[in-house]
Amino acid sequence: MEGNIGELGQYIGVGLTAIGMGGAAIGVGNVAGNFLSGALRNPSAAAGQTATLFIGMAFAEALGIFSFLVALLLMFAV
Amino acid sequence: MISLLQEAATTAAEHTESVASSVAHGETETATGLPQLDLTSFGNQIFWLVVAMVVLYWIVAKVALPRIGAVLSDRQGAITGDLMAAEEFKLKAKEAEAAYDKALADARTEAGKIVAANRADIQKELDAAIAHADAEIAARTAESEGRIRQIRDSADNDAREVARDVTAELVRAFGGVVDQGAVDQAVDSRMKGALQ
Amino acid sequence: MATEAHGEATGLSFHPMDQFIVRPLFGDGDVHWYTPSNVTLWLFAIVLATLALLVLGTRGRAIVPSRSQSMAEMSYGMIHKMVGDIAGKDGLKYFPYIMTLFMFVLFANFLGLLPMAFTVTSHIAVTGFLALAVFLTVTVIGFVKNGAHFLDLFWVRSAPLAIRPVLAVIEVISYFVRPLSLSIRLAGNMIAGHAVIKVFAGFAALILINPGLGALVTPVSILAVVGMYAFEILVAFIQAYVFTILTCVYLKDALHPSH
Repeated sequence: MEGNIGELGQYIGVGLTAIGMGGAAIGVGNVAGNFLSGALRNPSAAAGQTATLFIGMAFAEALGIFSFLVALLLMFAV
Repeated sequence: MISLLQEAATTAAEHTESVASSVAHGETETATGLPQLDLTSFGNQIFWLVVAMVVLYWIVAKVALPRIGAVLSDRQGAITGDLMAAEEFKLKAKEAEAAYDKALADARTEAGKIVAANRADIQKELDAAIAHADAEIAARTAESEGRIRQIRDSADNDAREVARDVTAELVRAFGGVVDQGAVDQAVDSRMKGALQ
Repeated sequence: MATEAHGEATGLSFHPMDQFIVRPLFGDGDVHWYTPSNVTLWLFAIVLATLALLVLGTRGRAIVPSRSQSMAEMSYGMIHKMVGDIAGKDGLKYFPYIMTLFMFVLFANFLGLLPMAFTVTSHIAVTGFLALAVFLTVTVIGFVKNGAHFLDLFWVRSAPLAIRPVLAVIEVISYFVRPLSLSIRLAGNMIAGHAVIKVFAGFAALILINPGLGALVTPVSILAVVGMYAFEILVAFIQAYVFTILTCVYLKDALHPSH
């Protein structure tokens, strides 16, 4: 297990950055869960709001993808 | 970001060389760095993307969408046409029912009329027959009465003749002179009272 | 760099990023802008797949549709309804463009899931170009349709006057982040899914190196590949849907900039 300290830092950084994706996962779960609880209260209004659901999920997910991108850049491009 | 990309491009360029050398040594080519950040391939990707998108746009917008749109509107048209035809058939059925009802009522009144007409005809014939019969009966009666009167008249005359003759003979027998005129008058006055 | 060292201790080889390398289709050598590459191949596979679904599938023009025709009609109906609902009636003019975009992203994602395939939408160059094209088109449409009123998009009149400048800065930033997030979202999803499948597939070879541990790890990793694959099919559709719906949202902002 030899290696230089820079590589060590790089891997640690990548791992820390990947935590950001967990945040996005929480966000997406929040969106979906709140949609579901709202949809179960008022099922007739749910069908019209699926587009909004996907837009919200996309926005929440995009930030996680940003952190994934940073992780990739740290891993491969630095 | 941009500096990152440039850096990546330079590293990628370095690695292409190393990859090329490893390919020359018969090893399999592997990604070093992120292939997405290899700026040397961007031109290729974008060029072919533009070509493909133009072709795809032509296929979708000029061929596929008009066709699908036409099929969908045809179907909509067929559905509304069928619904309208069904409505028309319903209307026709209603009309037919009305016509049937009317025909039934007409037939009923016609039958009533025919019955009435027949009854009137029969009545007329009956009346005519009754009148004819009445007339015949009257005629017969008149004839019979005529004959009876004739018979009675002839009987009167016979009786008068007989009475005159008998009266005249009686007068003669009694030795009188027969005054024919007086005898006739006496007999007639007597006969008038008797025969009435 | 890091990749060379991966897995060398165990003898496993992980090359999750190899599937994204752009190679010339014929022979070796440099990839010039005109070189037919694996990108070219799969781009035209997308074109052919779209042709098969939308044109060959509907060749019957039947009133009662066949299976392929009803799939084509369903995608038509879905995108048509999406454009109409989100961008409004005047947005329907741009329906062919959005349909093209949807079919492209959908088939790029789906065809990329075939084994040994190349996913064109996993490349920032491709998604970035698409997103920039959408962004520029929508901005031009916004200015042409509304003139200077298009800037109302950034000046939130429903907010108190004091915080409007702050909101304007935020709105401008979020407006210019749109192409970035649109392209990174799509490419990132594709990269992540395919890389994860490749990593799990890399573990599946452990049984050849270490039969004892491999008997435990290999079935799990194969199951994981199957699960991820199923999930990726879902993601492929959802990302195409999201890309299209966000394009519609941007188009709506361009056509009706007032909030």
